[in-house]
Order: sequence, then structure tokens, then C-alpha cells
Amino acid sequence: MNQKRAVLGLKVLLWLGASAPGVWLVTGLFTGWLGVNPIEKLTRVSGMTTLVLLLLTLAVTPVRRFTGWNPIIKIRRPMGLFAFFYALSHFSIWFVFDMTFNVRYMFEDIVLRKYITVGMTALLILTPLAITSTTGWIRRLGKRWGRLHQGAYIATALGCLHYFWLVKADTRLPLLLAACFAALLLLRQPRFDPRQWRTSKGTRTG
Amino acid sequence: MIIRRPSDIPSSEITPESVYVNRRKFIKAAAAGAAGLAVGPTALEGSEHGIVRRQEIPARFATLRSEMDEELNSYTDVTTYNNFYEFGTDKRDPARNSGEFRPTPWKVTIGGECNKPGDYDLDDLLSGITMEDRVYRMRCVEAWSMVIPWYGFQLSSLINRVEPTGNAKFIVFKTVVRPEEMPGQRGPNLSWPYIEGLRMDEAMHPLTLMVTGLYGMDLPNQNGAPLRLIVPWKYGFKGVKSIVSIDFVEQMPLNTWKQQNSNEYGFYANVNPEVSHPRWSQARERRLPGAFKNHETLMFNGYTDQVQHLYAGMDLARWK
Repeated sequence: MNQKRAVLGLKVLLWLGASAPGVWLVTGLFTGWLGVNPIEKLTRVSGMTTLVLLLLTLAVTPVRRFTGWNPIIKIRRPMGLFAFFYALSHFSIWFVFDMTFNVRYMFEDIVLRKYITVGMTALLILTPLAITSTTGWIRRLGKRWGRLHQGAYIATALGCLHYFWLVKADTRLPLLLAACFAALLLLRQPRFDPRQWRTSKGTRTG
Repeated sequence: MIIRRPSDIPSSEITPESVYVNRRKFIKAAAAGAAGLAVGPTALEGSEHGIVRRQEIPARFATLRSEMDEELNSYTDVTTYNNFYEFGTDKRDPARNSGEFRPTPWKVTIGGECNKPGDYDLDDLLSGITMEDRVYRMRCVEAWSMVIPWYGFQLSSLINRVEPTGNAKFIVFKTVVRPEEMPGQRGPNLSWPYIEGLRMDEAMHPLTLMVTGLYGMDLPNQNGAPLRLIVPWKYGFKGVKSIVSIDFVEQMPLNTWKQQNSNEYGFYANVNPEVSHPRWSQARERRLPGAFKNHETLMFNGYTDQVQHLYAGMDLARWK
């Protein structure tokens, strides 16, 4: 019972936290908070939110392993879906206001500008993951589901690269996000899995 | 586009045929007109951005707005959305972080290939020079643009005063370095000082402006107080701000953004919709505060007739 309440609390926190940037942006559009170039703000904040949510989603499994608290896995799906929602918004804002609905401009940019090429690829990878996130698809795909959803790592890597290539001068923030991603990748290594420590205790020296 | 223009440039050639009316701004301008001569202060003061001004927008801008065929950007637009990395990389950082900056007193060191080098007090430098309002389009390399009423004087008049020698082929400007007053200079960002330059014929061109004001008032810190460069047919980064040194040299200088990334930024940086930037198509721009990037970018930012002779025979795709 306590566990159920804890999961519910986490979900409420997730919904509040993940919808906050969107609420802030939409409110800002009507109040003028976003300044002289609101579209730039919409694009930046939606992109940044996507990346942060993707990294948090990837952090769920390591947290579960280290704490041993399994119910936390229940917030992974909604978190990933929030990330996809922001990615899709990010793309839509760009397509509507920067590309002005022009499909030719869009393809030109995707081909000519490498940061857009990788950003677009990341979105294309995330789309089937969002679609197959339902319980029905998990059942249908069986073991293949896990393999498919490792694509989240590739999409996040491309997202980090997209951001790094985009920044003109001060690369501290994109590098920080890339470092977080690298740390998450490292934590996937079996040697960082507490369960492995337990089973191989006698044989390992380190 | 130019008020009190040099007589050799007919306004018809500077002002393009296309008229771009943004309804929201049109209403704002109409409201300003209805308020008679008191444009600005009441409308602009106490804005959400917390700008404190000690001056008022002169009355002549009331009529100016209605004479323009392209909508002027508001004082708030021009002073709250700036690329001035010395104060931070976000567009709002310069307005937020430039409060400590002291633009007076100000000295400009003029040196190199000229007969009258020296440390000039800005007030002395400006004495006897004719100041004027000039409305120019500002096109940023990031594909946004504004229309801005600058206040200043032709760079040529300053150059003539210090008598460059025959060896002077280029002019080099440097921004002040004051990390204690400019937080952006304290972090990893660009290398300081910010350096920009022009070929001498570009510098002598009547459109090239040394700017000391905006909307007829003193230049705010975030816009490059107290002295900056404006070259309206080039991308905005050529407009070096808070200038403390001017040198006449023989060799083409390495300007800051070219030094930062020579694949993306060149020395000439002429506005050119044909030559795409690695990050942005330069064919279209977002005319702020509009939302859509649907404003066609004009060759030389619309000043082709005035400046194309400077580049006769040059391959502009190569000399970026």
C-alpha cells in the first residue's frame, strides 16, 4: 500500500515537473514573457526539456538497480512519452515557424545541416518507441521490445550531438549533458550492476 | 530607409518596394501617432524588461514612424534582444548584465598607419562632427532582422580627421576588455578583445556609420555604448561594440568570429541570400517581432545599388 502511494506521488511529481516547461511557454506566449523572439524561446526550451527528460528516462534503470526499489520503473514509460511529446513539439515549432510549412525547405535543411540531420534522426528513432510503448506492444514484441527500446540510447546520443553542434561559442552546457549521457552508458556496464556483484562475489578480486 | 541621408543616395534606392505590414505593430504605431508628439516614454517606460532610461524618445520619431515603409522596431525590441557576448550568450543577457558597465568617461586609442595617432577623449572626437539619425535594416547572421533608427556619424569623417597614410589598407576595431564589468568576459566564450575590421573603401563608404545613439538618445550599454560600428549591408556581427581602439593596418585582420570558426564566418560577411551558412539558410529571415521566418533576405541587405561596386570582380561565394 505504501509502495503504491509512493509510485503515485512520483507520478504526480513527474506530471507537474514535466508539464511545467510547456505551461510556462504557453503562458509566456500570451503574456509576452518570452521576449522579442518567442519562437526562438519555444524552440530552445522544448529542445532542452526533451534532452533532460530523455536523460532522466535513461536514469530510471540505474536508479532501480542501485536502490533495489523496483516500483520506480513505473514512471519510465510516462517520462519517455513526455520526452517524445517535447521532441515532437520542438520539431513542429521549427516546421511551422522556421520552415513555414514548406516541405522542400525542410528537406534542404535536413540534408545540408548536420545538426538538423541528427536531430531529425533522433526524432525518427523515438517515434516507433513511443508507438510501441503500450502494454499490448510490449507483449506482442516480447524479447524484441527490449532490443528495440535500446534505441532510446541512440536517440539521446544524437540529441546531445544535435545540441553540441548547434551552440556557437559557449559549449559548457551541451558538454555537461553529453557527460551525463556518457555516465549513464557507463552505468549500464555489468560491473556497475549490484546484482552482478552479489552473484560473482567470490570470484572477483576488485 | 535613411533620414537626412547623404545627398548622393536617393531614398528611393535605399527603400525597397516591398512593404511589410505587421498588423499588430501597425496598431501600435497608430496608437503612438494618436498620442501626438509624446511617442515613447509613456508607452515604453515601465516595460516588463525593467529598462530605466534617463532620456525621452525625441518627438521627431512620431512622424518618422509614419514616413517609413518598413515598420520600425520598438525601443524595447532593440534594447532587450542583443548579441553582445561580453555580457553573456543569451539574447537577454546584455540588457540584464550590463548595469555595472561605465561608458563614461571614454577614450579611443587611434593608431597604426595614420598621421594623427593618439588617445582621444570621445567628447573631443565627436566635437564638430555632424550627427544624424539613420534608419537601417539590421540583419543578423542567425537569420533574424530588425529595422533600427541609429544616431551617429559617418565613419569617413572620423577617418579623414586622423589622416590615414597610403599604407592603410584596412581598419581594425577593438571592443573594451573589462571582465569586472562584463560578466561574459569572465567565462569561456569568445576570445577577447572582440575584433572586427573593414577594408578602407568599405570604411569610407557613406553608409558606414559610427553610432553613439539609438532612437535619438544615448546608446544603452547593451547596444554597445558609447561608440559602435554599423555596416548595414553586412551581417550584424561586423558591428563591433564599445570601441576603445581603432587601427589602420596593411594586412587583413583576423576578426573574432572568423577566428572562432573560419568555416562559418568570414571577413567580408556581406548579407547574401545565395550563400548558405552551415547552420542557417540565408535566403529568408525572421523580421522580429514576427514569428515566421518568411521575410525574403535581400542581396547586401537591400543596399546593393550603393555598395555592389565595392565588390566588382570578386566571387562573393568565395569571399564570405
